[in-house]
Amino acid sequence: MTEVTTLQETPTDSGYAREVLMNLGPQHPSTHGVLRLLLQMDGEIVERIEPHIGLLHRGTEKLFESFTYTQIFPLTDRLDYLCPPSNNLGYALAVEALLEIEAPIRAQYIRVIMAELSRISGHLLITGALPMDVGAMTSLLYTMRDREMVMDLMEMISGVRMHTSFVRVGGVREDLPEGCEERILEFCDIFTHRISDYETLLLNNRIFLARVEHIGNITAEDAIALGLSGPNLRASGVDWDLRRDAPYEIYDRLDFNVITRADGDCYDRWKCRLDEMRESLSMIRQCVDQMPAGDFLVDDPKIAFPVDKDLLAHSMETHIHHFELAAYGFKVPAGEVYQAIEAPKGELGYYLISDGSEKPFRLKVRSPSFVNLQALTERTTNMRYLADVIAMLGSLDPVMGEVDK
Amino acid sequence: MAEAVPLAGVLGRFGSKVTLDESAADMPCLWVPPEALTELCLFLRDSADLQFNFLSDICGVDFHPEEPRFLLVYHLASIPNHWRLRLKCRLGDPPVAPTVTPVWTTANWHERETYDMYGIHFDGHPDLRRIYMWDGFDGFPMRRDFPLRGYKDEMNPLGATRRDDGGRA
Amino acid sequence: MGVLTNRFQDSVLFTTSDNIINWSRKSSLWPQTFGIACCAIEMISAGCARYDLDRFGVVFRPSPRQSDVMIVAGTVTRKMAPIVRRLYDQMAEPRYVIAMGTCAISGGVYNTYAVVQGVDCIIPVDIHVAGCPPRPEALLHGFLQLQEKITGTRVLRAEPDTLPSPEGA
Repeated sequence: MTEVTTLQETPTDSGYAREVLMNLGPQHPSTHGVLRLLLQMDGEIVERIEPHIGLLHRGTEKLFESFTYTQIFPLTDRLDYLCPPSNNLGYALAVEALLEIEAPIRAQYIRVIMAELSRISGHLLITGALPMDVGAMTSLLYTMRDREMVMDLMEMISGVRMHTSFVRVGGVREDLPEGCEERILEFCDIFTHRISDYETLLLNNRIFLARVEHIGNITAEDAIALGLSGPNLRASGVDWDLRRDAPYEIYDRLDFNVITRADGDCYDRWKCRLDEMRESLSMIRQCVDQMPAGDFLVDDPKIAFPVDKDLLAHSMETHIHHFELAAYGFKVPAGEVYQAIEAPKGELGYYLISDGSEKPFRLKVRSPSFVNLQALTERTTNMRYLADVIAMLGSLDPVMGEVDK
Repeated sequence: MAEAVPLAGVLGRFGSKVTLDESAADMPCLWVPPEALTELCLFLRDSADLQFNFLSDICGVDFHPEEPRFLLVYHLASIPNHWRLRLKCRLGDPPVAPTVTPVWTTANWHERETYDMYGIHFDGHPDLRRIYMWDGFDGFPMRRDFPLRGYKDEMNPLGATRRDDGGRA
Repeated sequence: MGVLTNRFQDSVLFTTSDNIINWSRKSSLWPQTFGIACCAIEMISAGCARYDLDRFGVVFRPSPRQSDVMIVAGTVTRKMAPIVRRLYDQMAEPRYVIAMGTCAISGGVYNTYAVVQGVDCIIPVDIHVAGCPPRPEALLHGFLQLQEKITGTRVLRAEPDTLPSPEGA
C-alpha cells in the first residue's frame, strides 16, 4: 500500500527531480505491525519521516480502571506481546510496592526465569526479523524454530504458549512442574550453540553488514534526550541497565554483564540484543542453580489464593477469603508508585495511583517502544535512503501493541 | 534513593513556588505550578549536581469531579547519579501547561499522548495533534466522564448516548 | 469466472470441472501478510518451520492483489477499520476471510471506545478461529475447514432450482 503524492517537480539536466510524499502503509511486510510511515522523499533520499501510530490503540488504560488488580494481568500480557511475562512482572511489582509485601524468594526466582526466557524469545524475533527485512530471509525461520523451544517451556510452566498471565500479586500462580528445571537447563545447552550459529550465518555476511553498519547512528546525548532505553540506549554507549542499577526481584544475586557498544548504528543495536541473549542464558542457569525450595505465593489470605488447595475443603475461613478474592478482589491502600523494570524493549514503567479500592484509580504504562519509535522522526546521521529506514525501524524493534496500548 | 537527592538547591532557588510533597514514598516528589515548570526542568537537567537528563514519563490524571481537575506527573531520572524524581503539576479546567520539549526531546510524543487522552494543551509544543485517536475524533477518552464504550454512532451501536457536557473536545 | 459462474446444470462435465477448480483453489490459498496484533505472532509461528503452512500450499504474499485469503489476525480498531475494508476490496475474487482470534471475531476482551467489535462488522468472514491467541494448530485447522468449505462450492454449476426448466417438464 504505497501511494505517491508529488510535492514539487524541478527540471534538471536529465529530466525532472520529484519531491514526493510517500505512504508506507499499515499493511507492509516490514513495518512490524500496524505502523504507518509518511515519508517525504527527494527521489530515493528520505528527508522527513512521520510515523502515524494509534492503529492498534485499544483503550487498555481506560480498561485498567474498570478491572480488579488480578484481572489486569491478561491486559498487561497483550501490551508487548512478544514477551508477556516481563509485562506481568513489572505490574506485579508495582502493586506489591503499594501493598508493601514481597513475593517469596522461590517465586521471585521463578518470575526472573520467566522474564529472562521471555527476553530471549523477544530478542529472537528481532534477531531473525531484521535480517529478513534487509534480505537475509532464512534467519527468521531459524530463530522462530528456537522460539518454539522457549514457547514449549512456557507451556510446560504455565499451560499457555504466549499470553501466560502466570504472575500474581505476591508470587506466581503455581509452582514449577516436575522435571521443568532439567528441561530449562537442556534448553540452555542447546541454545548456546544456536547463538553461535546465528553469528556464523550473519556476522560476516557482506550484504547484511552493508545494509546495517554505519546506518542510523545515534549519539549517546541524543539517545538520552530521546528517552531511548534498553538495547537501543546501550548500543549508543550509555551504560544503563535497570537490572543492575536499580535492581528488583533477585537480580542483585545474579552475576551478569551489561552489554554496551560504541557506535549506536543499526548493527550495534542488533548485536547488542544477540549478546544479551547469552547473558540471559547465564542468568537462567544461575537462577535454576540458586533457586530454593519454598512457597510460590505469599501467605496472606486477603491478597492471594491459598497455596495449599486442600485448605479450601477443610477451612471455612479460607473458603470465605477465597470467595471474596474471586468475587471482589483485594483492596490496595491509597498511594502512588512508579515501578520501572528492564523489559526486553527497554524501561517498562508502571505508574499506579490507588484510591484504596479494588480497582486502580490510574494505571499508566510507560511503554519503551512508544518512546523508542520517536527516534525515527529525529534526523539521525547516515540514514539517507528508503532502504535505511527499513533497517532503522527493524533495529529499534518497536512492538505496536506496546506503542499503541 | 529518597534521601540521596540533594533538593535543597532546588527548593532554595524556587522556594516560593516549588514545594516538597511529604506523602511521596518511593521517590522524592515536588509540587510545581505550571508557570515555573520549564524553568525548573531546565535547572534540573543542567545543574551540575543534579543532572536529571532522562525523562521517563509524562502522565495525565483526571480527578473529576474534584477541583482542580487535572494533574500532570513527570518522572525524571538522573543516569549519572542513579536518582529518580517525580514532579506534579495541578491544572484546572481547561488545562493548559507549558511544553518541556526544549528540555527533553522525548517529551514531544508524551505530550501529544496526554493531549489526545486528556485534552491538556501544551503551550509551545511544535506539533500538538492527536496521536492515538483519528484526527476528527470528538472527545478525550481518558477523562472520567467519557464512557468506556464510547459514544453511540453508526459504527458503535452499543455506545452511550451523547450528552452535551463533559468529554467533548 | 465471470459469465460462466453458476450457469450450468449438474452434469458429469461440470461436476468434474467444479471439482478440479475447487481442488486447485483450495490447494493454493495465498494469504496476505497482514498481522495486526498478538495473533500475528502465532500466525508467523504457523508459517514457520514447526507448524509448516507451506505444505498446504499456503504462501504468504505481501500484496493484497495477489492473495486469495486475508487472515485478520488481531484487534481491529476503529482507526484501522477503513484500511481493512480497503485491503479486502483490493483482493480479487474468489476471496476468503479468516477471522483469527477473539479480537477479530468479536472484539475480545477490548469492549472499548476504540475497538470494532468483530471484523464481521466490516467484511464478510468465512472462518472464525477462536483462541487468544489460537494455537498454530488451531489456525491450521481453520485452513483445513476453509478447504472443506471450498470443496463443496458450486462454481460453474448453478443451484438446482435456479436454472430455467425446459418446456413441458
